Amino acid sequence: MNPQDRTAAPRLDLPQKDALKFVRDYKIQLSILGILFVLYTVFLIGNPMVFTNFPIYRSFMTTMPFFGLMAVSVTYVVTLGEMDLSFPSVLGISSWAFSSVFVSSESFALAILVCLLVGLAAGMINGLIVTKIGVPSIVATIGTMFLWRGLVNLLSQGKGIALVGLRDSALYPIFVGRAFGEIPAQFIWFVGLSLLFGLVYRRHKYGSHLLYVGDNEESARMMGINVDRVKIIAFMQMGFFSALAGIFLAAEVTYFWPTQGDGMLLTTLAAVFIGGTSVFGGTGTIFGSFIGVIIIGSLEAGIIAIGLTGFWVRFLNGLLITVSVSVYAFMLRRNR
Amino acid sequence: MSNEPLLTMRGIKKSFGKMRVLRGIDLDVDYGEIVALVGDNGAGKSTLIKIITGVHKPNAGEITYKGQPITLHSVKESRELGIETVYQERALADLQEMWRNIFAGREITTFLGFMDVKAQRRETERLLREHMGFTSSAISVNSPVKSLSGGEKQGVAIGRALHFNADLIILDEPTMGLALRETDRVLNFVRDFRDQGKSAIFIDHNIFHVYDVADRFVILDRGQVAGQFTKAEITQDELIANMVHLHHTGTLQ
Repeated sequence: MNPQDRTAAPRLDLPQKDALKFVRDYKIQLSILGILFVLYTVFLIGNPMVFTNFPIYRSFMTTMPFFGLMAVSVTYVVTLGEMDLSFPSVLGISSWAFSSVFVSSESFALAILVCLLVGLAAGMINGLIVTKIGVPSIVATIGTMFLWRGLVNLLSQGKGIALVGLRDSALYPIFVGRAFGEIPAQFIWFVGLSLLFGLVYRRHKYGSHLLYVGDNEESARMMGINVDRVKIIAFMQMGFFSALAGIFLAAEVTYFWPTQGDGMLLTTLAAVFIGGTSVFGGTGTIFGSFIGVIIIGSLEAGIIAIGLTGFWVRFLNGLLITVSVSVYAFMLRRNR
Repeated sequence: MSNEPLLTMRGIKKSFGKMRVLRGIDLDVDYGEIVALVGDNGAGKSTLIKIITGVHKPNAGEITYKGQPITLHSVKESRELGIETVYQERALADLQEMWRNIFAGREITTFLGFMDVKAQRRETERLLREHMGFTSSAISVNSPVKSLSGGEKQGVAIGRALHFNADLIILDEPTMGLALRETDRVLNFVRDFRDQGKSAIFIDHNIFHVYDVADRFVILDRGQVAGQFTKAEITQDELIANMVHLHHTGTLQ
């Protein structure tokens, strides 16, 4: 066999098969794009006035990054077959740290630093409880969810903190300014970081370790992958990006309130599961989570805009989640 | 190549709490030799190989590898020395592509830990076609492992070991649950090791498979070496008779 044959022979991607193969390889990503497409078709027909004009998109771009950042981040944790329920509380405690430090020091930079460190520490505590003590992550993070929220309430005595001074900082526009006068800066951060998340997920050895550990922990151990380290890093980045989401939120509204982040838990996880990441671990997609965020983030406003009452929001949300996760489960089973 | 064996273990002891699983094991593996560990469940075979691969630390005893005394602290360390393991099951991550499995824990990276996926795919391709004899066009380096048959999976696991130039390959029940033809294939892989001057420790419940490929048989019983024979010293029937006798009486014939 000459060397040329050797490289040529195994290439099976015959041109006519390419399209089919693409559909098969990316069926989950294509499904979620389909859902998005259908949803926006309904919105556009239901209320063309609102959905052909920019303001609603600006509003989406303002609010989506808060839970969106946590959705792409928690995709790493879910890929491991683990769960984190504490991130809204981590957002709370790190936002409190951010606000307190800013109020006392007047330094945006110092406040950011402390906030992110608090997030990292909270994530590390989750990771250590799960790996070193051996508490299942869903249980461990129920504990820390209450713990951090409780601590926020204790420390803040239930009172909010005004952060209007943030607007004078040079850093303010970098986080929540409006690029070209229209695009919220946090959305650009969200898109950029999502790209980075996707790149690491598919192309970095850490992403490969995530997938491998989530798929088969025992085998990962035998392959010399430091399973505990992979998990602790996943929980730490979760804490870090929850804290970062907290900075965006506090800076956008220039206010801290003790329940900050509450109510984001289920929408965030819904975005991940609508996106097609499996709760069993070992498989997932950052792109799916990203589109999931856009779907979940536009649902409420869209439903109201097309003239349905707010009562429909939860119902349609639930319908969407139930149907999509069933379809994915079916796809994965057929694949087996 | 020196006269010294590739691997020498002396007086290896291991307890888990009060359970004395290994009570002083001596074991040698020569260059280009396939050694079979045989013995009943609980004889200590798995514990012994986990010590060789760095999963467990022995409580006592010495290990010499390529003439150097070694202390293994991790799987990573033993792999760096050229000791690879092919486990009976769960050796591969089913949902992951073939190339991800081959390079798990040892990715080819370019900068900042980003992988050279192209190189990994190319190497996997080469490994599959040249070493593992995969010719089916239905299987590509991007196929998830779950699409393979049991024998093919073992082939990938063994190929992974070969790719990283292992000198000592440990096979823990590699034929378990495989169809006859698939088993033949795996046994052929094992014979290839010897031809390449590599050594293997082979564990299998099926004495016929063991007798077929191994050069030497080490019989373990309740944490001790009950006896060992080269292939020239014992016939297959005698080996089986010995095992049965050991099982009934606790001593060899």
